[in-house]
Amino acid sequence: MSTEARKPPAQIALKIRRILGGKAGWNGVAVQFAFAAILGWIGYEIVSNARANLENQHIAAGFGFLRNNAGFDVNQTLIPYTGSDTFLRVFVVGLLNTLVVSVVGIVFATVIGFIVALCRLSPNWLLSRVGELYVEVIRNLPLLFQILFWYLAVLAALPNPRQSISLFGIAFISNRGLVIPSPIGESGLEPFLAMLVLGIVASLALRFHARRALFQEGRLIRIWPYVLGLLFGLPVATMLVFGLPFTFELPQLKGFNFAGGSRIIPEFVALTVALSTYTAAFIAEIVRAGILSVHKGQMEAGSSLGLSRGATLRLIVIPQAMRVIVPPLTNQYLNLTKNSSLAVAIGYPDLVSVFAGTSLSQTGQAIEIIAMTMGIYLLISLLTSAVMSVYGWRVSRSLGA
Amino acid sequence: MTDITSSSFVRQDLLAERPAPVKTTGFIGLVRTRLFNSPTNILLTIVGALLLWFTIVPSVRFLMVDAVWSGQDRTACLAENAGFAVGACWPYIQAKLPQLIYGFYPEAERWRVDLTMVLAVVLLLPLLVPRLPAKGLNAGLFFVAFPVVAFFLLHGGGIKGFGLSWTAGLLQLFDESIIGAGQALLSLSKTSAIAPLLWVVGSLIVLIGTAISWLIFPLTWLRDYVQVMGQPVWADFGVTAAIVSLIAFFLAGGIRTGGRALASSIATFIAIAIVIKLMGLDRGGLPVVTTNLWGGLLVTLVVSVTGIVTSLPIGIALALGRRSTIPLIRIFSIAFIEFWRGVPLITVLFFATYMLPLFLPGNFTVDGLVRALIGIALFTGAYQAENVRGGLAAIPRGQSEAAAALGLSWWKTTSLIVLPQALRHVIPNLVNSFISLLKDTSLVSIVALFDLLGSLRASFSDPKWSTPSTAFTGFAFAGIIYFIFCFGMSRYSLFVERRLNAHRRS
Repeated sequence: MSTEARKPPAQIALKIRRILGGKAGWNGVAVQFAFAAILGWIGYEIVSNARANLENQHIAAGFGFLRNNAGFDVNQTLIPYTGSDTFLRVFVVGLLNTLVVSVVGIVFATVIGFIVALCRLSPNWLLSRVGELYVEVIRNLPLLFQILFWYLAVLAALPNPRQSISLFGIAFISNRGLVIPSPIGESGLEPFLAMLVLGIVASLALRFHARRALFQEGRLIRIWPYVLGLLFGLPVATMLVFGLPFTFELPQLKGFNFAGGSRIIPEFVALTVALSTYTAAFIAEIVRAGILSVHKGQMEAGSSLGLSRGATLRLIVIPQAMRVIVPPLTNQYLNLTKNSSLAVAIGYPDLVSVFAGTSLSQTGQAIEIIAMTMGIYLLISLLTSAVMSVYGWRVSRSLGA
Repeated sequence: MTDITSSSFVRQDLLAERPAPVKTTGFIGLVRTRLFNSPTNILLTIVGALLLWFTIVPSVRFLMVDAVWSGQDRTACLAENAGFAVGACWPYIQAKLPQLIYGFYPEAERWRVDLTMVLAVVLLLPLLVPRLPAKGLNAGLFFVAFPVVAFFLLHGGGIKGFGLSWTAGLLQLFDESIIGAGQALLSLSKTSAIAPLLWVVGSLIVLIGTAISWLIFPLTWLRDYVQVMGQPVWADFGVTAAIVSLIAFFLAGGIRTGGRALASSIATFIAIAIVIKLMGLDRGGLPVVTTNLWGGLLVTLVVSVTGIVTSLPIGIALALGRRSTIPLIRIFSIAFIEFWRGVPLITVLFFATYMLPLFLPGNFTVDGLVRALIGIALFTGAYQAENVRGGLAAIPRGQSEAAAALGLSWWKTTSLIVLPQALRHVIPNLVNSFISLLKDTSLVSIVALFDLLGSLRASFSDPKWSTPSTAFTGFAFAGIIYFIFCFGMSRYSLFVERRLNAHRRS
């Protein structure tokens, strides 16, 4: 005679308790109620006070002001903008300026950071001391101090446009900024760009194919001559067929200023230099820690397999170091983006400067404008951390953990 | 049997001495092994030497050799008067030094700033030396007593009541706000679609508020009684001291074990009484110096020390909240931490300057410096929370399980077992956060507070001292100050780290 196993009693009360109060049980429920009541009370105070204060100052709450005319000029815009455009367009202009200075800063910071890290790791005693000096000095001075130093001391000490420093007669540095030749598109531009994109795509496909052949069949394919041909030969050939893709308009000194060419405003130069040198010091420490975290035995094992020093670094050490380097490196990129908001101190028209600064003082819509500004930065950092957690998941999967 | 020495296998004469091995230690050895041991290395050495030559030599020339050391105004620092290309213009720093340190703090009252700084150093130094005893008392003095004393020293002003009046006033304010919220709900229920629900909740809240007002009635009555007496501050002080001492006595175990708590409570109150008497707080205290007169290094230090003192409790609370088992508290802590960590400090300062006043009642104005301090405390608190969380995660579960097996409550487990170990783990991280806080204080100059950097920038516009080298001189001076503070703190953090990891060293 077989007996059915009895079902466990339905523990409804337990389940409700678990849902409402977590592991802490009924105590948790009570604490949550008290906490929610306090939060609700604070929220009520904030809302009622804000409403009363706004009424007293005769400010209409809401995002309607975004459609009003801004009425002020911005001295660096990536998209067409005039004073008669709306505040929404000011927001976009500021955001684009923030992104531009962040991207340029990130590129320079990475390059400088890797160079300084290599200096610090160099077997040469003097060079490693120089790298250490750089890191210690830069890290122990506030970023705002460095931005103001570049802007108020170094760039202000440059000569005026008439006596500007010329770099090979092409670019000119003066206290009005950096003037560089501006490219002007010609008839051959479209085929040139098309061939360039085709070359890049074809080289990537070739690399993918070669790696597959190596990993799955063990065949070593030499692809670099083809890649070189695709990346450089193809565009040059199109240039010969269709003519020059673009010509450069050289800046000319006329009167007291330059005509022609494009001008990079000094605020941008100061901000980029300060941001990239400052972040580079932190990146250098991250890279150094990453490379040192790879055990010495890995290098020795590589050379005992007969790999050259370069191949050992490229195939064994750097892939392992990258796992340690990438997460804090992304953090530094995020920090650089957030630090670019210090632009407001020197008047570079970034998001905080034109939107939370000028627009706020013109409209008085403090709550909406600051919420929008904070929201954008929050969005950027949440997106980055989402991407990073996907990356971390992939790394841990590829390690078979 | 043959003589072994005559065999042809044994050497007959002594060998000549070998040359000594190449020296690999000392300066010569260093030069040989790490600077000039290969052609690439020689090249790198030359590059390094050139880099140093083009940075160190001009800096030294600027700061010392070509500098002007004395003068009355800008004419002393001009190249045509000095006769050489002028480097640093030190008389400018001498003239602006009071402004860079005190801002516009009245000259007659500057001894108060000096006294505060001396007090801070006297309290801080023994805290930093691990060998000295009485760390608990010292930390209490520095983190609790010193900020209060420093406030009355720097800001001035007196007190009108003491603990009793403050508690009663605060509770009354809270109660009025609750009743106000309930009445708002009641008035809303006349027009709303869910009127009965709103009416019930509103009446409940009003009922709670009324109950609280009955509960605190003895306190408010005592306050009113004390305030009409001749010496309100001292009467209030006496009542507060008696109540707090009694509570401490009974909480610590009454007659059997409460003697110690009673004694320390009475000692604390006597110390507070001495401070009140010394500074004359009951008679109006020192003349008030409003914070818009503060500036320079004073503001930098006030902001960073307040940030350090306030951010740590916020950070600990948030870190514990993030590890809590209660869902709502955990979610709130995570959201709070990630919000402040996701936005730049400058937007936080804008928030504190422009948005915070809107959130407070209309008759309630907050000082500009305090607003910035609130923003910085919340911002740094979120970062400290992540540091503390790292320390909490490093404590093995067995520690809290052992505490639970001994029958300790959650509060005792946390405060006596887990937190002391966790905080000790993360002291270097906390100090690193303090360094970045000190650097970040320079941002308050953007919201119209004149810290060291802000005062420096303001001094550039003085036509009396405008020379080509003024800006460089000012930045050199401020840079040296910032560097000394930050570098000192980072060395201290390394020292603590090495000391804590002493058992791991081989």
